[in-house]
Amino acid sequence: METKPSICIYFQVHQPDRLRQYRFFDIGNDHHYYDDFANRTILRRVAERCYLPMNRLLLDVIAACGKKFKVAFSISGSVIEQFEAYAPEVLDSFRELAATGCVEFIAETYSHTLASLFSMSEFEKQVKLHSNLVTKYFGKKPKCFRNTELIYSDEIGAAVSRMGFSCMLTEGAKHILGWKSPNYVYTNAVNPKLKLLLRNFTLSDDIAFRFSDRSWDKWPVDADKYVAWLQDAIKDGEVINLFMDYETFGEHQSASTGIFEFMRALPEAVLSQTDFEFCTPSQVIKKHQPVAPLNVPFPISWADEERDTTAWLGNELQNEASSKLYALTDKVIAAEDPELSKDFLRLQESDHFYYMCTKFFSDGAVHNYFNPYDTPYEAFINYMNVLSDFILRVDRRLKQE
Amino acid sequence: MRVLMFGWEFPPHIAGGLGTACYGMVRGLANNGVDVLFVMPSASGDEDGRVARIINASDVEAADITCTPLDFLERINFLRIGTNMIPYVDPEDFTEMVEKDRHSQAEEFKVNFKQKYKFSGKYGTNLMEEVARYALVGGTIAMQNRFDVIHAHDWLTYPAGVAAKRLTGKPLVIHVHATEYDRSGENVNTQVYAIEKMGMEAADRVITVSNLTRNIVINRYGISPDKVFTVHNAVDFSNRNEMEVHRGVPEKVVTFLGRITYQKGPDYFIEAASKVLRYYKNVRFVMAGSGDLLNRSIRRVAKLGIADRFHFTGFLKGADVQRMFAVSDVYVMPSVSEPFGISPLEAMKTGVPTIISKQSGVAEVLRHSIKVDFWDIDAMADAIYGILRYPALGAMASRCGLDEVNTLKWNNAAKKIKEIYLSTID
Repeated sequence: METKPSICIYFQVHQPDRLRQYRFFDIGNDHHYYDDFANRTILRRVAERCYLPMNRLLLDVIAACGKKFKVAFSISGSVIEQFEAYAPEVLDSFRELAATGCVEFIAETYSHTLASLFSMSEFEKQVKLHSNLVTKYFGKKPKCFRNTELIYSDEIGAAVSRMGFSCMLTEGAKHILGWKSPNYVYTNAVNPKLKLLLRNFTLSDDIAFRFSDRSWDKWPVDADKYVAWLQDAIKDGEVINLFMDYETFGEHQSASTGIFEFMRALPEAVLSQTDFEFCTPSQVIKKHQPVAPLNVPFPISWADEERDTTAWLGNELQNEASSKLYALTDKVIAAEDPELSKDFLRLQESDHFYYMCTKFFSDGAVHNYFNPYDTPYEAFINYMNVLSDFILRVDRRLKQE
Repeated sequence: MRVLMFGWEFPPHIAGGLGTACYGMVRGLANNGVDVLFVMPSASGDEDGRVARIINASDVEAADITCTPLDFLERINFLRIGTNMIPYVDPEDFTEMVEKDRHSQAEEFKVNFKQKYKFSGKYGTNLMEEVARYALVGGTIAMQNRFDVIHAHDWLTYPAGVAAKRLTGKPLVIHVHATEYDRSGENVNTQVYAIEKMGMEAADRVITVSNLTRNIVINRYGISPDKVFTVHNAVDFSNRNEMEVHRGVPEKVVTFLGRITYQKGPDYFIEAASKVLRYYKNVRFVMAGSGDLLNRSIRRVAKLGIADRFHFTGFLKGADVQRMFAVSDVYVMPSVSEPFGISPLEAMKTGVPTIISKQSGVAEVLRHSIKVDFWDIDAMADAIYGILRYPALGAMASRCGLDEVNTLKWNNAAKKIKEIYLSTID
């Protein structure tokens, strides 16, 4: 019997620990780096607009479809800590989703970092930390992995495979795929045991970015129209991977755009009009055979037109800040101080480097939307002040010993 | 297309940025096929005549009467109204009569007040008188020359522009490089304010050098937004020579360069300097320029006990300005109100990272500059510290800043100005 085509939906949940305005006179005097007010306010807002109503919606859909609807989440350690502190009810509702058995939780770096580009040992440490956290909260050890912002290369894939993961999610970047379709399962070029699922960026971004864009010639989208696109896309492939930020629902696309109604109608429309089955990543790699290894010598990501890592690393400011930060890796380990380790993780959040990106001068309103700073220069000054204080603390701690 | 332009100064003899801006603009207009007759109060003969015909107002015969600029305009107005009130003629005849009338008026004008006035061209005590005389002469020059549009720069020349408009009926474009609110804060000189408002009201179009200034023109002078357009200044570095400079001090140098007046915010620079010096020793601060707040600034520096690290140079001009930039590691422009502000561009051209106040027009066009509120001395200190302490920041601001400043061309600004001219002619 022929295998039925699959749809694999995966949502990324993350909030950064935004830094407070940290002046150079604070260096050496004040070791609290975070804008607690902004972080709490934003988290509460997103919880009310997105996490809570969308979780409720998914629970309803799962109940209505008789558990035929499946979905995967990756929830960063950063945001889980913020949920603990500011919105524990969101964690409860994720646990409720976990209990349905229709939801898979995926591993990533604990605090949404770029460690995979700097230090494999630091990277592995953070992945382990996150896996333990997910196991603790949702009761199941993750088998699939997604790196920060879907960053992937052959080397990173090989490391992920060594850590025991059987599946990894990344971007179906055009410059990597060429004529190939993202709608198949591929494998890592070094170790074919690691299966790769590639984001279908057209169909994903139709929801995540374009859903409310009235200048888009295909606007407005409803479930029937989208189902037709899915059927069209599956002519070349076996699985369609729809990967997006969870904040798409209710935050990036506000409730008034009809995004919730769309998501409520979509599963029913897919199940009643097509052969598609909803699968989690682990189910996909069991059901579909990989077609080929994928060569990715240089890191790719899901960001911007370039689909590379230049949103976080590339200009002088980002390179300077990140190299100073990662130069501390061994010292922080040697210091063996839980407070320092915690701050070290938080300072690694990729978001801090994203704020220093100069590409937004020409590229994407997306960058502006997420950025608490007016200019990348301000972001850099503030970050470097914080980092300078952190370096002082690490050095002091090491001297004490 | 030909423009009669009233200015106050033209390189090489300049007191401020206005002359430099006029020069660049006139060159840009020439490249866009616009001829300029440039009228200035006191030409020395060594102005660059390649880009525009320079008319020296001191060589033109006009009145030597004591009256205010507004009085004079009322006179012109009065004369026109008095002679034009002829009922029951058809439009063609009327036009002809009016034209004849106007010319005879101007002739009379010359006959009545046949005297040359030597303008000083400098801001001084009898400035109002000079402005009035400049207007008289401006009217005369307008009658003697053919042109399509009148363009007047800043309040000193508005009466001349308005006079020329009333005498010839040609459209008037007023160019606002600064307003009285920028120069004096809330304590405006009402005489100057009245001239500015009169000029803006009489103008067919008002050009402002930034949106900041545009808002002032609309909100403070009550001018209809429909006729106020922003054309950001550009900068012309074609005559500039690169110079090698030897630095006398091993420390980093942070520079303020400009008139030491309320408008330029020297106080905030001093306070920020004192904050930085408490945490970072390898730096010296320089305040270059002079002005009415100089003495107070020196006293404040002494009181803060930072005088060994904070230096005053007095007024700098020409090559010294460039030399000052060349030894600087950071340039700060903390202006309280800066309609545009060309000096950060000069600093960037020299490769110096800049910190500029958000209350400056130039902040609207620059990306690779750190922007702070002028009153936020903590942010200013932090930005200075950041550039001194984290080399990557200065390196990037310097490299990208140079690229950025090279894109601000007068040719592009002049193109917009030409479009504004054309819109007045239709």
